[in-house]
Amino acid sequence: MAEFKDVPPNAPAAEKALNWIDNRFPLSKLFKEHMSEYYAPKNFNFFYFFGVLSLLVLVIQILTGIFLVMHYKPDADEAFASVEYIMRDVPWGWLIRYMHSTGASAFFVVVYLHMFRGLIYGSYRKPRELVWVFGCAIFLALMGEAFMGYLLPWGQMSYWGAQVIVNLFSAIPFIGPDLALLIRGDYVVGDATLNRFFSFHVIAVPLVLLGLVVAHIIALHEVGSNNPDGVEIKDKKDANGKPLDGIPFHPYYSVHDLMGVIGFLLVFCAIIFFAPEFGGYFLEYNNFIPADPLKTPLHIAPVWYFTPYYSMLRAITSEMMYGLILCVLVAAYLGATRANISNFLKVVVVGSAVALVLMMLSIDAKFWGVVVMGGAVVILFFLPWLDNCAVKSIRYRPDWHVWLYAIFVINFFVLGYLGIQPPSAIGERVSQLGTLFYFGFFLLMPWWSRMGETKPVPDRVNFVAH
Amino acid sequence: MSDTTVDTDKRTWLIASGCAGAVGGAAVAVPFISAFSPSERAKAAGAAVEVDISAIKPGEKLTVEWRGKPVWIMRRTPEQIEALNKVESQLADPESKRNPAELTPEYARNQARSIKPEIFVGVGICSHLGCSPSDKFQTGPQPSLPDDWQGGFFCPCHGSTFDMAGRVYKNKPAPDNLEVPPHMYLSETRLLIGEDKKA
Repeated sequence: MAEFKDVPPNAPAAEKALNWIDNRFPLSKLFKEHMSEYYAPKNFNFFYFFGVLSLLVLVIQILTGIFLVMHYKPDADEAFASVEYIMRDVPWGWLIRYMHSTGASAFFVVVYLHMFRGLIYGSYRKPRELVWVFGCAIFLALMGEAFMGYLLPWGQMSYWGAQVIVNLFSAIPFIGPDLALLIRGDYVVGDATLNRFFSFHVIAVPLVLLGLVVAHIIALHEVGSNNPDGVEIKDKKDANGKPLDGIPFHPYYSVHDLMGVIGFLLVFCAIIFFAPEFGGYFLEYNNFIPADPLKTPLHIAPVWYFTPYYSMLRAITSEMMYGLILCVLVAAYLGATRANISNFLKVVVVGSAVALVLMMLSIDAKFWGVVVMGGAVVILFFLPWLDNCAVKSIRYRPDWHVWLYAIFVINFFVLGYLGIQPPSAIGERVSQLGTLFYFGFFLLMPWWSRMGETKPVPDRVNFVAH
Repeated sequence: MSDTTVDTDKRTWLIASGCAGAVGGAAVAVPFISAFSPSERAKAAGAAVEVDISAIKPGEKLTVEWRGKPVWIMRRTPEQIEALNKVESQLADPESKRNPAELTPEYARNQARSIKPEIFVGVGICSHLGCSPSDKFQTGPQPSLPDDWQGGFFCPCHGSTFDMAGRVYKNKPAPDNLEVPPHMYLSETRLLIGEDKKA
């Protein structure tokens, strides 16, 4: 509890008003802690724009969403027509709708780049584990938000996309069919499904998202930002206890980020005005046909941001299961013979591997496809505890680490490309290899991240004044 | 109460009331979770559909909606019935033995999976992830299909193939044959979908 402060009676009215508030709500204190006295490393680069940009896109989505809800009708008979009504008859409705639909794709662009930044500079490492975990939870909530939002226009892709994804849940043994029924609220995707997805999309998930964003930022401001060198700026402080390599977020980064915002808005507006469908990647062409429960479009694919995961789902065929079983057996063999653990733990490892293989043989490949797709996102949560490298930043890691990260990114793009394409024999093989690489990258990280010679990390950050 | 001792009597009641509160909270979840399940209206919407099949010519397919799903009524040609024999060895479950209770009513547990050999009635929903397969009645080589294709259905989503009786081919993502809905003939030309004599 703060002491009650008084200002001189002849102080300016603004100072008096601020003092009145500060005695009742920590306004100045919050501003100092999070803005004017939040010290951020001075060597931020291009990749550090994307945190603030994802916050900007969140605001755009909420604002445009509020206006769309004023005209949209969550009813299977009216939904498609009400979206076209927004596009044609509502004044500036087309702009608000295109801002929202382009915003969805922009959200994933900035969030993927933001996550990539964290990945290469080791921003998830101690003591920033919870910053990363909250961030992964945001990513998961965002995927749910995007998936449910995509049903609302009630086009062919909305309908059949939801049909396929909800049916994924029915692959879970025992509870699956009832769970799918509970999600749909009907025996097929229909009016009930549309209504509940609307409810989740406009209120439930956004509330969770906002809470997680607050937690993400509070956790970040507690531990302080990482930087491209992965050097802790708090280790070197001046006589006043301020980090030598830190600068106040406001005004330095608030103004700096404004430049990033302007650059982003230039691209964002160009897409809204000149290519809102973005060649069928942001708004799929089949979604301009009203949902028809009796006819599946000849080619269905999710929106681009889901396709890497969709590829992994499709990669798990009954043939692939034998490959995965082999991986489990090799891992169990290595665990039993090479690992430095007690005999009891070795028995546990072998026992659980045998149980897993038995399950893999007895449950349909369809279910394991779902497990792999979910696991591809869930594994991100564990990244802080998988990385054993002596240094944080890619700058001081062995050179071949850079190549490994490059292959990881290329592999992610290849999986994304294959997820857009219709199924093919060669595509299936490539996506199977890609899936193995994706999981290998994370699951083998505890070992490969320790290998190789790291470079000396400087005491202070690299910074060239400009 | 002093700082050093704990009033155990009070603590017992605190724990007890805490538990009672937790049980109450859990009980409140029941109506909310139940509200996710299909409403009475959705349950009642599953009424049977009556169809006139006299206009379907051999080789033609009619699609009707039953419980929101596409139901196919197909009058097969003699060649198509003949083909059911030829593909037998390439099928995953030619005799409809998997999940017969849900997928194949007793009267359809035969090679043609139908009451009358020429009329096939099936739910046009792939047993993989619920897409509706497309018609591929043309025989012979064509894109996405084997060269010795005998006619049937092809799911565009993940490439599963089915023969003219909705039986799934081996090594495809779809685990099961297409569902045959309960159905019965009211007369030579009138078919009732959604109900059979047992019901």
